[in-house]
Amino acid sequence: MQSLTDVTFEWPSISEIVKVLFLQGGANTNLVIVGTALLGFAAGITGTFAILRKRALMGDALAHSALPGLALAFIFGQLTGWYDKALVPLLIGATITGLLGILAVQALTFGSRLSEDATIGIVLSVFFGAGVVLLSVIQEMDTGAAGGLHHFIYGQTAALSYNDVVLSLVIAVLTIVTTILFVKEFKLVCFDPGFARVQGWPAHFLDVLMMASVVLVTVTGLQSVGLILIIALLIVPATSARFWTESLSKMIFISGIFGALSGYIGATISALLPRLPAGALIVLCTGVFFLLSLFFAPCRGILANTIRQYLLRRKIARDVYE
Amino acid sequence: MSEFWYTFISIDLPPLLTAIFATSSCALLGNFLLLRKASLMGDAISHSVLPGIVVAFLITNSRSTVAVLVGASIAGVLTAILIELIKRFGKVESGAAMGVVFSLLFALGVLLIEQAAARNVDLDAECLLHGQLESIFWLPPDNFRALLSWSVLSELPSELASTFFIALLSFCFVFLLFKELTVSSFDPLLSTTLGINANCLHIALMIFVGFAVVASFEAVGSILVIAMLIAPAATARLLTDRLRAQIGLSLLFGIIASVGGYILATLLPNLLGWNSSVNAAGMMAVTSGIALAVVALLSPTYGLLGRSLRSRGLRSSMSREDLLSLLYRSDELDWAVERTQREVYKLKYVIGERQYVKAINALAKEQLLIPNEFKLTEEGRRIAEHTIRKHRLWESYLVEKMGLRKDHVHELAHALEHVTSEEMESELEGALESKGKIDPHGRRIP
Repeated sequence: MQSLTDVTFEWPSISEIVKVLFLQGGANTNLVIVGTALLGFAAGITGTFAILRKRALMGDALAHSALPGLALAFIFGQLTGWYDKALVPLLIGATITGLLGILAVQALTFGSRLSEDATIGIVLSVFFGAGVVLLSVIQEMDTGAAGGLHHFIYGQTAALSYNDVVLSLVIAVLTIVTTILFVKEFKLVCFDPGFARVQGWPAHFLDVLMMASVVLVTVTGLQSVGLILIIALLIVPATSARFWTESLSKMIFISGIFGALSGYIGATISALLPRLPAGALIVLCTGVFFLLSLFFAPCRGILANTIRQYLLRRKIARDVYE
Repeated sequence: MSEFWYTFISIDLPPLLTAIFATSSCALLGNFLLLRKASLMGDAISHSVLPGIVVAFLITNSRSTVAVLVGASIAGVLTAILIELIKRFGKVESGAAMGVVFSLLFALGVLLIEQAAARNVDLDAECLLHGQLESIFWLPPDNFRALLSWSVLSELPSELASTFFIALLSFCFVFLLFKELTVSSFDPLLSTTLGINANCLHIALMIFVGFAVVASFEAVGSILVIAMLIAPAATARLLTDRLRAQIGLSLLFGIIASVGGYILATLLPNLLGWNSSVNAAGMMAVTSGIALAVVALLSPTYGLLGRSLRSRGLRSSMSREDLLSLLYRSDELDWAVERTQREVYKLKYVIGERQYVKAINALAKEQLLIPNEFKLTEEGRRIAEHTIRKHRLWESYLVEKMGLRKDHVHELAHALEHVTSEEMESELEGALESKGKIDPHGRRIP
């Protein structure tokens, strides 16, 4: 048995690291890295709105509810023979049950005396449990493909095929463009939906559009980051960005940058060390940015606040004693 | 013992009992999480104990339950503390803080598992999600009597033993500290002033939740733990308002979910023509969800069905009262026949044809109304007087005490008259200057 100090990793050489980091690791690797970075950007900007609407954990329910959809779509494909493991039908299945999960949360919250946190937890675990049951069914079906679905739970960028990455690239770009086009309207609806409605903006439609981008980003991120951790890609960059600014536009942009950088670095490391789970790596990158922001961000970071408070106290003391 | 019993006790009973003990401890503690609106803390703790468990594995190089419990408890307490720190110093809102902490810790745990796997430590990422109930078995002795001997009992699977002890611990915690937990859940400020430190109890609750999570993890996985922390308590909450009843019902629903889920997982595939079973822990989570859905629909007090029946009942009684009041007014103010007919028509339009017919029939049956002549009986007159009294008391109150104009108060009083209790009525009367004799329009209050 090896001990804790025996870290026999196969560290890649420095030249290898530089090669992959600067997009010279081969077309496929480059595509995966760029795709994941764009996905991170999309997740960062949609996550900002999710947090502002206090819907952060709804995304968690969405992601966990997607599992039975994935499994059902897979079983359907196997039974009818229309498609084998093509990504699009799987993602469609994931979206359907994900949306059903969100509907279930709304129905339970508004239709009974349970509070939202309880209903989110219930829907999350029950749907995920159903997904796990279906996964065990797939295992019995003996087509050796359950391993592929496992990647949707923990994420695996290194094993993505060209088509998969192109799909996620397209969706990420679509989400980014939509958000940029509607950023003013989204901001308005976030802060004052009543005013927006009165001014003639279709607040409800805009709300649905916001939710839809969260759904798209979540479902697309399932394959890179996995469904347990995609919520992190939505929440953590946005929360980190909050420490840097009071302006919403800047916050959206910084959040996107953090997401993109985390995706980039995480996918790079995953390409160099393919045995490590990509989702965890990307999320840990977001975590590093979070910690840096929490402590060192000049606008609302802990260090800056402490210094400001100290300076203020000194100023007050000086004013008092003069 | 017979073949059947042998198979049952060796293959089915251990997982069943393990699941029952695990869900019991979770359901019990989950009641208090639900009351404090901290259900998602259970979710957060189940995710974030992972690195604690893995680190305990890596350090001790063994699967000793004690090491795992210690590692997980540390992780659990760390989670709660980190969340509070981030909320306080980062001024981050609660949901976001929880999401950040638990997902970062979970990612750390997943990464550590890969490290552990590289060193051949027996830990499987899949198992953590859905446990390994199916692999818990026990070889019982040949006859029932030997079941009671210590040597036989010490051969019990470790998961069964650990979930049993945690269930026992949770029961003791809840029963010994029931009053304290109740007070601090409903009113933390009051409890602290009474000498029961709400913060300490909160942390203690989180520690026990961590214990329950960890003990149940190995057997039933993290999904079932989350489901069991919330669903049985939520289902019970939809049936009763009393805390003791809620706790009892939650244990019942926990057992229903475990046993029902297990049966469905093992028997259902057989019925559908498979000869193997599906994942038991997942099925138990699904069963708890189904139980919740059924209760949410059918509960007589808080379910959809119960509430819709009650609102319908309210609508019927309001229609009847409106009809009686109308006839009383027509009599008192001496309306012409055409006017009465017009008012009846307006009422019919508002409440709908069906409600109208139902109301007429109900009133006739109770002998409050003479159907063909549209006249009130003595009894009907008394009841109408009561409603009119409440209406005019409200009108007086609204004009006198709240300064509304007298042509604005009719509609409001009309809505309020149906939902005014006796107590409210006497309060209204007491509050009025005129002591309830004349309403703002100059009419007598009966």
